[in-house]
Amino acid sequence: MILQLEGVSKNFGGLRALSDVTFDLPEGQILGLIGPNGAGKTTLFNCISGVYTPTEGRVIFRGQEVTGHKPYDMAKAGMARTHQIVRPLNELTVRENVIVGSCFGREGNGLTAAGRIADEVLKFVGLDGRRDQLAGSLNVGQKKRLEMARALAARPYLLLLDEVLAGLNPSEIGHMVEIVRNIRDQGVTIIMIEHVMKAVMSVSDRLVVLDYGRQIAEGTPQVVANDPQVIEAYLGDPDLALRLMRDQARSQEST
Amino acid sequence: MNSPQDSSVVGSAPKVSWREALSQNAGAYVGLILPLIIIALLTIWPTVTGKDITRESIFTIMLSIALASSLNILLGYTGYVSFGHVVFFGLGGYVGFYLMAVQGWSLWPAMAMGGLAAGLLAFLLGKAILRLRGGYFALATIGVNEAMRAFINNFEPFGGPVGMTLNFQVYRDYGGAAQALRMTFYILAAITFIVILVSYFVRMSKFGLGLLAIREDEDAAEVMGVVAPSAKTWAYVLSAIFPGILGVLFFFKNGSIEPVPAFRLNFSIEMIVMVMLGGQGTVLGPILGGIGYQSLRGYLLTSPLFKNIQLAVAGVLLLVIVLFVPAGVVGWLRNRFPVLRRILQ
Ligand SMILES: Nc1ncnc2c1ncn2[C@@H]1O[C@H](COP(=O)(O)OP(=O)(O)OP(=O)(O)O)[C@@H](O)[C@H]1O
Ligand SMILES: [Mg+2]
Repeated sequence: MILQLEGVSKNFGGLRALSDVTFDLPEGQILGLIGPNGAGKTTLFNCISGVYTPTEGRVIFRGQEVTGHKPYDMAKAGMARTHQIVRPLNELTVRENVIVGSCFGREGNGLTAAGRIADEVLKFVGLDGRRDQLAGSLNVGQKKRLEMARALAARPYLLLLDEVLAGLNPSEIGHMVEIVRNIRDQGVTIIMIEHVMKAVMSVSDRLVVLDYGRQIAEGTPQVVANDPQVIEAYLGDPDLALRLMRDQARSQEST
Repeated sequence: MNSPQDSSVVGSAPKVSWREALSQNAGAYVGLILPLIIIALLTIWPTVTGKDITRESIFTIMLSIALASSLNILLGYTGYVSFGHVVFFGLGGYVGFYLMAVQGWSLWPAMAMGGLAAGLLAFLLGKAILRLRGGYFALATIGVNEAMRAFINNFEPFGGPVGMTLNFQVYRDYGGAAQALRMTFYILAAITFIVILVSYFVRMSKFGLGLLAIREDEDAAEVMGVVAPSAKTWAYVLSAIFPGILGVLFFFKNGSIEPVPAFRLNFSIEMIVMVMLGGQGTVLGPILGGIGYQSLRGYLLTSPLFKNIQLAVAGVLLLVIVLFVPAGVVGWLRNRFPVLRRILQ
């Protein structure tokens, strides 16, 4: 197991944003993390990556308890993440942004080696044409890819992707899904928060569903899509519920 | 999209040929040319003109450059505004002066101790106040400076409110007062030279990149693995050591030290103006800023109209820079003429 969560809870004052989240993540898989808005998905990422300390529970990464460790400790230990709301280092170039990821991440490379890796990774995410541009001047889609490139340049064992598909057009989504699959094929374990149901259903090996901070379902995309509790959770979001039920109907037809 | 299969993104680190490393390094020194030429010109200028008065005004300019460049490591690279940076100049000056005036040390070891004292203070302070962000940090640095002045004011070994004076005899060891005066100028030139080199190599290093990342977004930097607390502390220490050393040199030349001139807050503000005017976060910026600001100030001092309001002028200048050219002269040039970027570091 690359990651184990044991009863992870997080309170913000009176608000219980996460409550007793428990699951194991085997190496080499893509885990889809879904749930309605405000379900606590990003908060869970923050608890895993050391941005927040869980109020209760334990986080175990590669066999070591890392609960309450600092974000930079987690980065050095081999975890990398992207942000739902992009956080480019605006006054640095695109290439420098990615070099930061490589220099200070798991491998702790020197500047020259990091430069090489940055060039490779930028090509991989399709940003090589913009490497000398200031990161602040990119558009949102490009900034999402920059987030991805920075995280990849660290060569992590575990990659946390927070809505990398949001705001992309269908062809960009196709590209990004391809990229995600390729990363997994190179042996990186991935947790992916996503609202684009079709994409996350198709790419994930397993899904975990959060609703009001509780983990209401876990399993293969098939099982989860047919879970009545999941469908109910999504009823607050008619559009998503509809899509889920359509998926469910389709999978029932095929069985 | 090119085929990702053939370029493994998660393989091992690629090897770098020595030839490539060499050519990259050679290119990396281009940005040093302009700063070093300017410092060299300033150093030989008094000899060229042969006037003592020129040397005095260039002493002031060079001191400004060295102080502004030191502050730039914290302000420009790391993004932390230290309003009370003069505390390191004052404390270093006091420690070194005490060693020379009371303990009979010579200038060199006194300067070393002044730098050490300033660095130590920054290290201890860093642990406490670098956790504060933005305006809170700036306020804390002012508080530290005021507290230090109040402390020294009541510290009898350092002469309390009266301060200390050097016995005129001390200069005899350096070949007389005139010779000592000339010597301090060349020591200052050497220190300025070193400060510029340090500033440049920090800027070009991995450590410096970490600082820039902190300046841009400290939380994101930490998520990427930058150990912000220690990086910030070392930046603070580096930016404090040289002011400490320079304080000793300045008050040695001055012959006396008192709490008020040693911890003058205005001086801190002027350092910030110089960094901002030239261009924060660049090596060349504080150099141009120091020259520009001191030339302006020299002009204001000779004009009776502005003589008493020079600090107000500095304040207005700072406001104008922050509002209209936040990147400073060098930053503006870099943005305007991207081809010049390699030269204007
Ligand atoms: N720092 C914080 N302080 C207080 N409340 C917070 C904080 N961060 C998140 N919350 C609250 O916790 C809950 C979960 O938020 P979170 O951002 O984790 O949801 P999410 O599942 O990522 O939602 P979305 O799909 O909209 O991104 C929300 O009610 C949110 O308002
Ligand atoms: Mg979220």
